[in-house]
Amino acid sequence: MRTKIDARGLSCPQPVLMTLNEIKAGRASEIEILVDTDTSQENVSRAATTQGWKVADVIEESDGYQITIRIK
Amino acid sequence: MRLRNVFATRWGIIFVGLFIGVCAALLQKWGNPGNMGICVACFGRDIAGALGLHRAGVVQYIRPEIIGFVMGSLIAAYLFKEYRPRLGSAPIVRFVLGAFAMIGALVFLGCPWRAALRLAGGDGNAILGLVGLILGIWIGTLFLRKGYTLGRTQTTNAAAGWMLPLIMLGFLALLIAFPQIEGQSRSGVLYYSLKGPGSMHAPLLISLGAGLAVGFLAQRSRFCTMGAIRDFILFRQNHLLLGFIALVAAAFITNLIVGQFHPGFKNQPVAHTMHIWNFAGMVLAGLAFALAGGCPGRQLFLSGEGDGDAAVFVMGMIVGAGLAHNFGLASSPKGIGSYGIEAVIIGLTVCLLIGFTMRKRSNA
Repeated sequence: MRTKIDARGLSCPQPVLMTLNEIKAGRASEIEILVDTDTSQENVSRAATTQGWKVADVIEESDGYQITIRIK
Repeated sequence: MRLRNVFATRWGIIFVGLFIGVCAALLQKWGNPGNMGICVACFGRDIAGALGLHRAGVVQYIRPEIIGFVMGSLIAAYLFKEYRPRLGSAPIVRFVLGAFAMIGALVFLGCPWRAALRLAGGDGNAILGLVGLILGIWIGTLFLRKGYTLGRTQTTNAAAGWMLPLIMLGFLALLIAFPQIEGQSRSGVLYYSLKGPGSMHAPLLISLGAGLAVGFLAQRSRFCTMGAIRDFILFRQNHLLLGFIALVAAAFITNLIVGQFHPGFKNQPVAHTMHIWNFAGMVLAGLAFALAGGCPGRQLFLSGEGDGDAAVFVMGMIVGAGLAHNFGLASSPKGIGSYGIEAVIIGLTVCLLIGFTMRKRSNA
């Protein structure tokens, strides 16, 4: 299942917390996360990797990034 | 695909920590006060004094390092297309957090950066401060786990993000227009210290250059001393922590080489030995930083990349510094101020109230 998180405008560490909570919930095999800063993009990608997930795609949008992470 | 940010890697953050550690120890060698090569709280307090927002004669100087931090970050943000003007995430709450963070830090006599530098200089009292900092941040993580949030920011005009950088440029203009006059405590609109920590400073260009370099690198690496501890507690992630440890190690080794390492608790520079209040002051500061999402240095770097809420936190710190000295809340080497204890208790109460009440709403 693919789920979506909108973490735009939220400051550290909330985008990471939301991503990790979604990973731990165990319902998704693919998660799309929207963030608005480069810092959040790096932090979310790093956190996903440490959980054994793969950063499948990072698309730059006008108001930030769309990150797709996938379970390995 | 964008260029990979080398400073966001493990070795990148370690390099930045090492650079800041060496830089801070050398700034002390070149004139900054003892174990205060860099201290965002103390330097913010000195700026408040130079502007006459408080009249503690020993701590008055427009610190060019602080100007450099904001402008260095701004330059990096523009160069790497990361300048994103944004604001609107509970600014008044951030202002209050900034004020109490400053008050807590001035009860201990240092921000987390200086706590690290004091440790690296052999000041045992810093251990109490660092333990307090960790406890304060831990309390903050409990709120974060329960859904604490200050809400979302909104994108705004570039000019709004420029407000704090412009204020910093204004400070620099004042410093150049009204330079220190030998033996005078006043030059134009600015106040200067004739003795005490405010009278001790590295040459302007060195301070400014070091500040710009640190600001640039910290923006690239997202260096944050509060985040270092918070991320380890919350996620067992040691990325930022490696940078913080590198800072302490580099400052310690540099201090050893240049003869600035003096282990002990008594007679440490700009420090007192009231253990409980060294500890409690930093519990307050740590909690306020955790609730605001960044250490005072990080708030300056965020301000440089267009974060108007971080800028409000910085203004809160400067006002908090003014109050801390006008009301006798700040400590001195003799010990805590007349109302330091009350200030810590009130500050903790306010921060806990913010932590309990600022929760995610259904539409957030």
